[in-house]
Formats: sequence, structure tokens, C-alpha cells
Amino acid sequence: MKSTPQKVIVNSNEMSITLRRLAHEIIEKLHGVNNLVFIGIQTRGVFIAKRIVSLIESITKKTISFGTLDITLYRDDVDRISKQPIVKETEIPFDITGKDIILVDDVLFTGRTIRAAMDELIDFGRPKTIKLAVFIDRGCRELPIQPDFIGLSYPITKKDVISVNLKETDGKDNVVVYKKGD
Amino acid sequence: MKLKQKDLLGLEYLSKEEIELIIQTAKPFKNLFTRTVKKVPTLRGKTVVLLFYEPSTRTRTSFELASKRLSADTIGISVPASSVVKGESLIDTVKTIEAMKADFVVIRHSMSGAAHIVSKTISASVINAGDGMHEHPTQGLLDIFTIMEKKGNVKGLNVAIVGDILHSRVARSNIWGLNKLGANVFVVGPATLIPTEIEKLNVEVCHNIDKIINRLDVINILRIQKERQEQNLFPTLEEYSEIFGINSYKLRNAKNDVLIMHPGPMNRGAEISSEVAESKNSVITEQVTNGIAVRMSVLYLLAGGDGGKSETFNS
Amino acid sequence: MKLLILNGIVCDPSNKFEKKADILIENGKIVNISIKSKKRKLNAKIIDAKGKYVVPGLIDMHTHLREPGREDEETIKTGTRAAAMGGFTTVCSMPNTQPVIDSVSGVKFILTTAKNEGIVNVFPIGAITKGSNGLELAEIGKMKGAGIIAISDDGKSVMNAIIMRRALEYSKMFGLPVISHCEDMNLSANGEINEGYISTVLGLKGIPRQAEEIMVARDIALTELTDGKLHIAHMSTARSVELVRNAKKRGIKVTAETAPHYFSLTDEEIKNTDYNTNTKMNPPLRTIDDINAICKGLSDGTIDCIASDHAPHLIEEKEQEFRVAPFGIIGLETMLPLIITKLVNEKVISFREVIAKLTCNPAKILGLRKGTLSVGSDADVTIIDSKQTKTIEKFESKCKNSPFIGKELTGFATTTIVSGKVVMDGGKIVSD
Repeated sequence: MKSTPQKVIVNSNEMSITLRRLAHEIIEKLHGVNNLVFIGIQTRGVFIAKRIVSLIESITKKTISFGTLDITLYRDDVDRISKQPIVKETEIPFDITGKDIILVDDVLFTGRTIRAAMDELIDFGRPKTIKLAVFIDRGCRELPIQPDFIGLSYPITKKDVISVNLKETDGKDNVVVYKKGD
Repeated sequence: MKLKQKDLLGLEYLSKEEIELIIQTAKPFKNLFTRTVKKVPTLRGKTVVLLFYEPSTRTRTSFELASKRLSADTIGISVPASSVVKGESLIDTVKTIEAMKADFVVIRHSMSGAAHIVSKTISASVINAGDGMHEHPTQGLLDIFTIMEKKGNVKGLNVAIVGDILHSRVARSNIWGLNKLGANVFVVGPATLIPTEIEKLNVEVCHNIDKIINRLDVINILRIQKERQEQNLFPTLEEYSEIFGINSYKLRNAKNDVLIMHPGPMNRGAEISSEVAESKNSVITEQVTNGIAVRMSVLYLLAGGDGGKSETFNS
Repeated sequence: MKLLILNGIVCDPSNKFEKKADILIENGKIVNISIKSKKRKLNAKIIDAKGKYVVPGLIDMHTHLREPGREDEETIKTGTRAAAMGGFTTVCSMPNTQPVIDSVSGVKFILTTAKNEGIVNVFPIGAITKGSNGLELAEIGKMKGAGIIAISDDGKSVMNAIIMRRALEYSKMFGLPVISHCEDMNLSANGEINEGYISTVLGLKGIPRQAEEIMVARDIALTELTDGKLHIAHMSTARSVELVRNAKKRGIKVTAETAPHYFSLTDEEIKNTDYNTNTKMNPPLRTIDDINAICKGLSDGTIDCIASDHAPHLIEEKEQEFRVAPFGIIGLETMLPLIITKLVNEKVISFREVIAKLTCNPAKILGLRKGTLSVGSDADVTIIDSKQTKTIEKFESKCKNSPFIGKELTGFATTTIVSGKVVMDGGKIVSD
């Protein structure tokens, strides 16, 4: 079976509206941003986090600390996959102990990435809280992990593929779904 | 990405791209060392056997730390050199290790080709930690990593390896690796310690470092052993030191930013003066730090599965 | 008991004979060679050699049978079975056993054991010096009386020139050739493989070609001095060939042999097989230039014979680190196919010329009444299928230390006859 054609479910305009809504929701729910830091998960989570951070900064006129996290070394399948993923940069230029962390990723699927990310964060220090923000929740969880902030909920089966494209990494902003070929 | 072979036996057998991948992957591992928790769970449950037929504090400690920082379990086995002839054969020893389900065997041996024997005998990943006069690939990689960090690139650099080239596995690994990445390699030493037909490895042989010193970007100084004097390879250690030892006088015409490297352990006053070893140009202690990162990178890249199932790790 | 070999191409270099003919054997001797025999009247056992070569029984003048002392590696029984399998009817046993064959009792032991247990002819070579230590001459005259056909300290060189001089002078009285293992052992000390690019890349200690050539030159000079009879063993380098060629031109009594691996493999094989210790031998595998010179020396007659240097070592001895593994490979069962594959089929030399190097040439050097199919001579005969192709895998030898395992070669002995008795037929040893 061939892959089905890609269907655009979020366009560029809808994406910026959603991000703006997420920014407001975070500010509102957390009653301010004083103790807040953002950690984006490599690769696309980093850019989504950056966009939300700059939105919040422009709304609140405050500077927000930001870090990146590569979870490759915390994966639970290193000996199962045939090709080792490239290890990307983890850079958290501040102490996370006592902070309220917003962990950001593009898609929430099985929950394994978030499990790895939390393990890694704990190795850096003892945050006060960790909350999870994702742009798309596509369902099919394998671990008991739920997001605190969701851009869009779009439940699909395991065979479906969802990808978030971003200007920074893919040259355009949209979200597409398709069925994978054999 | 993946390395083609299950083993790392020498830099001769790696492509330019594979060497670059190992170096690139070493960088995030090095960043790990600045954290409070210098350890990641990547190789949890894996066993690394450190099989050492030759005494070595540095390399062994470095491999042990690299394994532990990846959360692998390590076990060290030291075999006295005398038992190579009298004791259990190398093949039987490694078969035993394999039966204990080791995932990695790191082997150091005084005889060239020993790592190949292990590689042919067992299915675990074999990492050559130095075999006789043949290769010491992780030392070559850490030297290249250090040069890349300091100089940005290896291509076009003039690198001299100074000393006992004949007996040096470090020299051979450096020559293979540096040439693949496009450096110009010089070997400098007494004619008695330059192996036959080494020019065929695309290096320039030189017996007088003064003639090339102003062109050099990197000087990698090898340890000289007193034992070579007894073999009549040079008359006295003093004469060797005068002609080939690197001191600040010899460096008077060198570039300001020339890198001074040494795989250790140093014979201060013999092949290198203390002044040079402690100078701002010296990256000798940094080589040690980089050694752990490079070995972590190698362990990580060799740890891949059998290729049967390539799952995507979706969010 | 009569034996009739029919329809083969009889190739007997000693008589410059090469045509289709039948051979009749009776009472262990050759009694008739004829173009057309009347087979039905003879009441003889018949061997049909149609499409095959029938040649004088092959002679290997350089064999290590390991008995006495290392019967775990080879015995006279198993070594001669390997010889029969390879088409050899005669082997000359090197004296570097444990103990060294440097006395009459040792020679008698070899001959007695060979008579009782061997299935091909065994001629012992005695040591030049006591214990092959290079210090004092062995009892060469007495050993000659007991049956040695040459002297050699093979495995080592006689490093002291005055001892070598005396050996060449003294052995002259008995007409015994001195077989010289040419190696300056100071120059080659701790060496593992040929010194060159490959030794540099593999980090193995080199044995310079000059270690051999210096001794070839010295021994030629000493032969000129003494008018002795010198035979150079297992020659491996281009310059050695050149030295022997010049010496022969000047009328010095020197002959030479090489072994099949020196025209079949180069030191590249050590690298290509990742330090396979079955590529470790002494002298070591050299380079393509040397192979070309050895081939030239074989074709122009500089090199008189090809010998196996059959050197069995156990798997457990060879399956060690390269440095500690012993030198040497077995050769009796791969020699003929290597010669046919690498020399005859590659048109380096003709079949007849190469058979001379395995029959009448060694016989002449050693003074053996062998290596011929002349009427009245011992009925030692080898039948060769020069077209048969096989992958090398099984051996009659006790040991399997061969770099040719797994290689496909052409030209095998199919029948070996010693004194009229068939000892090998169709790739199987014929037991009593």
C-alpha cells in the first residue's frame, strides 16, 4: 500500500492563532510568569516553545528563560532501533531547581518522549512543577501522561502519521496527516 | 546514523563520514560533563568488559568512565602479559566472556592483530583499545576531536607526529584519521624509528623538525621509551632529547597558536619539556577529557540494534 | 603382481619423453613402456589413465614430518599419507625434530619407522651441526653411512661462516649437498612478516629480504671458496634469484628450490585475511615483484626444484596472537594443484618443465635413483588429472594450517604408486 496523499488540517494562519491562544492560556492558568521557564524538546518543540516564549514576552513585557532538551540519550529503545539517532544539543543555561517548567513539544503520541524528557530534567535539578504543552495531541498513549496545554486535539490511529511543519525547519507552517504506506 | 561495522578495530577501516559522525556525536557527550549529574541512562543494562593484557591506567579509566556515564555496567579483567604464552588462549578467554553475555569487549593487548582475533571469535562489539604497534583508534579519534575543537577543521592543517613512529599505534591511527580528513601529516623521528615504506601512507618523513616547525599547526608528541636505547635504536636518551625533544627553544619559530598534544603518559624532560607541557599551547589535559567523550560516542554509536526493527520514536 | 597403466600421456622429463603410452610394472619395477600394449594377454591389474598425465613419482625434498618429538603435529605415518595424497612417492625429512637428527641412531629411527609405518619413500636429511646449534659439526660421515642424502640445519641458519665453510668442505667428501636455510638471524630477530608497507600498516615486526639475501650471497661465496655443493632452501626474494643466477653463470655448484606459497601469495594476503596466522611462514610471504622474479627463475632454470616446506602446526598453536603463532604451513597436499594452477595454467612454465622440478632435478641434486620412468627403475609413478578442480578443505595431514583452505585449485594427483604398489587412488589412501 502506498502512502495516502497528505491532508492539511491546520494552515499557517490557524497555527498562529492557536499559538497565541496557548500563550494567553498559559499566562492565565499560571497566574503570571514570574517563576516560569520554558524547555523545548528537540527538534520542533524547540521552535514552538520559542514562538510561545516571544508571544508571552510581548504580552507581559517580561524576559523568560528558555532551554532546549535532546532526549536521545534517555530513550528506552537504544538497542532496538537499527540506526542510532543523531544526538542534538541539550542547553539549559539556568538552574531549574524550584522553577515552574513548561515542557513543550510539537506532537504528543505515545508519551515516551515526555517520559524521557522528565527523566532528563530531573537529572538537572528539582523543579517545583513541570507542565506539558503540546501543539497537537494525536492520542494512542502508551504511558500515563496527559498534557496541561493543548493546541489542538486530533485523535487518529497508530497507522496514521501526523506532522507539524514549521518555517524554521521545514520552510512552511502547517500540519498534515496521511496514512503510511507499507 | 550508524557505523558500518559492529566493531571499532582501527581508523583504517572507517570512512571520513563515520569519523565525522563520531566526532560530532562526541560534542553533546562532552557538554554532559558540565552538569551536576554527568550520567545518562542510554546504555542501561548493557555490559562492557574491559579486557586488558597490558597495564594501562589512562585508557582503562577513560573507557570505564565513558561506560559508566552511559549507565552501562563495567567489569575489568587484567591479564598479566606472561599468561599470553602460558595461560588460557585469547580465544578461550573471549569465548568465556561472550558466554557471560557481554555487549562490548574493549581490548588492550601488546600484540598487533589481537583485536581482530576477538572480533572474529565473538559477536559482541569489539573496541580496540590498542593492539601492539597496530592501532589505537579511540586515541586517534580523541586527538582529531581535540584538533577540531581548537582549529575548527582538520582539512589543510599541517600536523607533525614526533617520536617513535615505528612502535606507535597512536601514530598509525592518527595518520589514517588525519589523512582521511584532509590534513598534511608529517612524521618526525630518528631514521631507526620510522617504519619502512611509511610514505605510502601519504605522510612526509622528516628528521629535522626545525625545517618544518614554522609551518606546523599541530605537534603531537609521542612517548619515548628507554627500552629503545637498549635496542640500539638511538645511542642515548639524552641525545634523543636534544635532537627530537620538544622544548620552548625548538618552538621559537613555531606559529603562535600551534597546538601541543601528547597521548600520555609523558616523560617530562625526554620527549617534551615541562615548560612546553604546561604552556598555553598545550591541550594535553583537554585530550584526557575529550577521550571520555569520544569513547562515549563510540559506545553509543556501536550500541544500535540488529536492524530488524526500525521503530520511530514518536512523541 | 603386474600393473598396467593404460592410455595416459606419459611425461618423463628425465628421458625427454612426452606422448601417449602404456606402462607395465612388474615386481615393483618398470618393465616396459610402449605405445601399444597387448593388455589382454598380460593378466595384469589395469589402471585406465585416459586423459591424464602419467609422470615419475613426485619427490618433495623439503618435508617436516615432526617425528620424533612432535607426533601430535605429524608422524611419519600421517606425513607420508599426506604425501601420497598429494602425489608424492618420495619425501626427504628435515632433521629439525626433537631431538634433532644429528646422529646415526636418529637416522636409523627415521628409516626404520618409515619402513614400518610410512607409505611412501622417506630419505632422511641429517643436521649440519650438533643439535643444529651452529657450533660443532655433526657426525656427517657416519650419518651418510646410515643413509642420509643431504645435510641441513633448516629452521635456522648456520650463522658462523667458519662452521659453514667446514660443512661445505667436509660434506664434499661424501657427495652430500648442504641445504642452506638462508636467514641472518640477527637481522631478522623478532621478525614476523616481510618488512615493507604491509608490516608497517599492520604493526608487525619486519623481516627484511636482505636477511635472506645476505646469507644466499655468503653461502655462494663459501661454495666458491670450498668447491662444495650448496642447495638454497625455500628461496623467496627477487635478489636471491639474481644471486643464484649469477653464481650458476660463474660455474659455482649451487642449486635452489622455492616453495609454492612464494609464487602464489604476497604479504597482502596477511592483511586481506586480517592477521590469519596461516599466512605466517619463514621466510615470509613477499611482494608481487618477488613472485615475478621467482617465476622467471623457475622458467629460466635458475630455480631447480619446487619443494613443499610442509610444516604442520596444530590449530591451537596457530590460533593465537600473530606474534606467538609458529611459522610454517602444510604443503604436501596443495603443492601440485598450486603448481598447475599458478604456473602451468598461467603459462609460466610448461607441464614437462615443472615435472622436472619435482622429479629428476631433486633426484639429481640428492643423488637418488628416483624421479624417472626408465625401464628397470623403481616403479614410483604419479597419475595427474590436470583438469580436475576442487576446493581445498580436507587433509590427510594431522594439521590443517594452510592459507589455501577454501580456495579453488586445479590439477590434482589421482593415483600414487610406490614401488609398484598403489598407495593412493581416486583421492583415497589405499590401505593394506
